[in-house]
Amino acid sequence: MSWLEKIFGSNQPKSAQLAKERLTLVIAHQRSDNQPAPDFLPALQKELIDVISKYVKVNTDDIKVQLEKKGNYEVLEVNIVMPEVGRQ
Amino acid sequence: MTRIVVVTSGKGGVGKTTSSASFASGLALRGFKTAVIDFDVGLRNLDLIMGCERRVVYDLVNVIQGEANLHQALIKDKHCENLFVLPASQTRDKDALTEEGVEKVLNDLKQMGFDYVVCDSPAGIERGAVMALTFADEALIVTNPEVSSIRDSDRILGILQSKSRRAKEGQEAVKEHLVITRYSAKRVDEGEMLSYKDVQELLRVPLLGVIPESETVLQASNAGSPVIHNKESDAAEAYEDLVARFLGETREMRFVSYEKPGILKRIFGGA
Repeated sequence: MSWLEKIFGSNQPKSAQLAKERLTLVIAHQRSDNQPAPDFLPALQKELIDVISKYVKVNTDDIKVQLEKKGNYEVLEVNIVMPEVGRQ
Repeated sequence: MTRIVVVTSGKGGVGKTTSSASFASGLALRGFKTAVIDFDVGLRNLDLIMGCERRVVYDLVNVIQGEANLHQALIKDKHCENLFVLPASQTRDKDALTEEGVEKVLNDLKQMGFDYVVCDSPAGIERGAVMALTFADEALIVTNPEVSSIRDSDRILGILQSKSRRAKEGQEAVKEHLVITRYSAKRVDEGEMLSYKDVQELLRVPLLGVIPESETVLQASNAGSPVIHNKESDAAEAYEDLVARFLGETREMRFVSYEKPGILKRIFGGA
C-alpha cells in the first residue's frame, strides 16, 4: 500500500462485497435445492389411487405423479393408465 | 419446562464448543439449572474447554447403553453451581447415538428438573450433528463472517428445518438464533470482512450476538475455563450480552464498530 493509498484509500473493489455477491447466488441455489415440495407426492398418489379405484379398477403402478420444474413455475403431472375397455 | 438448545454450524472450527461452554455457563450464572452435552462422539473436546477432562468417568454413550446412569455421568462444573457437563465418548463409534437413546437421556434430564439442555453439535451434517439437533426447541447457528462458514450454516439451517422432530411432526418451528464469532470490526470497516448485517441478510436468521475476535478465547481454552468467566475481556462481555438477549433482555450490539484513526495518525502512526 503506497502512502497515497494510506491517506486517501484505494479504489480496489472490496473483497467483502465480492464475498456477499458470491454467497447470495450460492445460498439462493442451495435453498431452491432443498425445497420440501416432493414430500406430499406419495400421499397424493395414494389418495388419487383410492379415489379412482372407487370408479375404475386400476393398479397402483398405473398412476404416476410427478412434479417438474420448468423455469419459474412447477408442473404437477398426473398420469393414469386406464384399463382396456371390455377386459373387466 | 426444559428448553433444549442445539449449538450448531455445519463447518468445523468456527466456535461451537467455545460458544456452547460460555452460553451454558452464562445461563447457569443467571441461576438456571443447565446441562451441556457433547455430541461429538470420537472427538470430544467440550470437557477440555470446560476444564473437567480429568473428572470424566462415564460418558453419553455409557448412559445411552445403560452402563451408567445420568447421576454417575454428569460432571458438576467447577465454576457454576447449577451447571453439569455430559461428555462424549472418545472411543466409540458415532453410530452408538441412537434416536431413542438420545431422546431418553433428554427426557431423563427433563425429569431431573433442568431448565436448559445445551447440545454441542459436532461439525458436519452426519449422524452426530443430526442427533444433536433432532430434539431441539431452539438453535444457535454459529457462523464466522467468511464464505465457507456461511454456506455451511445455510446448509445446516436446511437440515434443521427438515430433520428436527419439530419439523417432522409439524410443530412450531425450531427457534433459530444467529451467533457471529471471530468478528473484526476493523476488517469490516476496511471492506475485507462481511459485516454482521451482511451475514444476517444472507442467512435471514435473527441475530443473537456478535463475538469479537479475541486473544482471550485461546487463553480461556488453554486454561480450561469458559471465556465468559474472563471478566475484562470483550469476548466475555459479548457472550454475557448474548445470554441476556437469549433470555429476552434488550442489549445493544457492542464491539461492532471501529473508530478510524485520524489522518495524522495514518501518516505518522503506522498502519
